[in-house]
Amino acid sequence: MNKKQIFFEGVFRDNSICRQVLGICSALAVTNLMINSLVMGLGVIWTLCLSNLTISLIRSYTPKRVRMMVQTLIIASYVIMVDIFLKAFYPEMSRALGPYVGLIITNCIIMGRAEAFAQKNSPIDSVVDGLAAGVGYTLVLLIISFVRELFGFGSIFGISVFGDWWVSWSIMVMAPSAFFVLALLIWGLNYRYRLDDKA
Amino acid sequence: MEINSYVIFFAAIFTSNILLTNFLGMCSYLSVSRELESSFGLGMAVFFVLTVTSALNYIIYHYILVPLDLVYLQYIVFIIVIAAFVQLAEMVIERFSPLLYYSLGIFLPLITVNCAILGVSLFLVIRQYSFIQSVAYGAGSGIGWLFAIMMLAGIRNRVKDKYLPKGMAGAAISLLATGIMALAFIGFSGVVIIQ
Repeated sequence: MNKKQIFFEGVFRDNSICRQVLGICSALAVTNLMINSLVMGLGVIWTLCLSNLTISLIRSYTPKRVRMMVQTLIIASYVIMVDIFLKAFYPEMSRALGPYVGLIITNCIIMGRAEAFAQKNSPIDSVVDGLAAGVGYTLVLLIISFVRELFGFGSIFGISVFGDWWVSWSIMVMAPSAFFVLALLIWGLNYRYRLDDKA
Repeated sequence: MEINSYVIFFAAIFTSNILLTNFLGMCSYLSVSRELESSFGLGMAVFFVLTVTSALNYIIYHYILVPLDLVYLQYIVFIIVIAAFVQLAEMVIERFSPLLYYSLGIFLPLITVNCAILGVSLFLVIRQYSFIQSVAYGAGSGIGWLFAIMMLAGIRNRVKDKYLPKGMAGAAISLLATGIMALAFIGFSGVVIIQ
C-alpha cells in the first residue's frame, strides 16, 4: 500500500468509530460543543501520530510479553503532554473537557492502531496511518457535534446561526441525543456501504 | 464537598450513571453484551475492580503524589495501579477460587482498558471526594455499569431474531437502545445532583 492509500482507507473506509465501533466513549462525551470536539480531535491526532511513530521505531526491541504495558506507557506520556499544554494555555478548555483528556489513554483507537498497524509497519507508514485514523475520528466527532450544537444551542462554533427566535432543544445537550445521533450515523454508513456490522 | 456517601453511592447508580450519562466503558459494553451470562461476569468484575482501584488510587494520589508534587504523573500512575491490580486479582482468584476464575477470568484482562475504571479515578480527583466518598462513588459506578450492561444484554436478546432495517443490526441498534435507556435514566436526574 502506498501512503495515499493508507491515508484514505484510514479516514473513510476503515473509519475507527463508524466501522469498528472503537473509541466511542469520548466521541459521545465531548460532542456537545463543536470547539470541544475539535480540541479533543487534535489531541487524539497528536497522540496517535507520535505513539504510532514511537511504537514503530522500537518495535523490534520490545519483548512480546510486555508490549501492551510499553504501549500504554508511551501513549500515557503523550497524553500528559496534551494535558499540560491545555492546562497551561487554555485553562477553560481543560476544565470543560475534564477527565476526558486523560481518557485518551484508554481510547481503544490508539491501542488498536498500535497493535494492528504500528507493531508491523515502518515508522513513516505508521505516522500516516495514525494521522488517518485521527482525522477520521475528528471528522466523526465534528459531524456529531455539528448536529448537537446546532439544535441544542442554535449555534456553530459558538456563533449563533438561528438568531433569537430559536428555542434550544435541551435534549440535544443531554446524554441520550449523543447515542441517537451516533446510532443514526452508523446506521446511515452501514446502509450506504451495504455492510453488516459484526460488533 | 459535604455530600453524604450514601447519596453519592445511589447517585452514581441512578442519576449520574457512569455509562449512561458519562459515556464511560462503552467499548466493552457494546462488544460483550451479547449474552446475559457473560455480561453479568464482566459487570461483576468491573464492580470489584472499580471499588478497589478507586480506594487505591485515592490513597496513592493524596498520600504519595500530592506531597511529592508529582500530580502531573497521575495518568501514568493510575493506569499502572489499575493494570497491576487486575493482574494481581487474576492470580489471586485463579489460586483460591478456580470456579470464580472460570466465570470472571477471561474478562479481567479486558478491564485494564475499560475507560470506566480510569475515568472514575480521574473524577475522584476532579470532584475532590474524601476517602469514604471515593469508595462509595467507585462501588456505585460499578453497580450502575453492571445494571446498564445487563439491561442491554436483555434487550439485545429480544431484538436478536427480529426483523431490522438494513444496516441497523449490530452497533446501531445497540446504541439506539442505549439512548432510550439513557432517556429513562434522565427521569431520575431531579432526585439528587452530585456534580
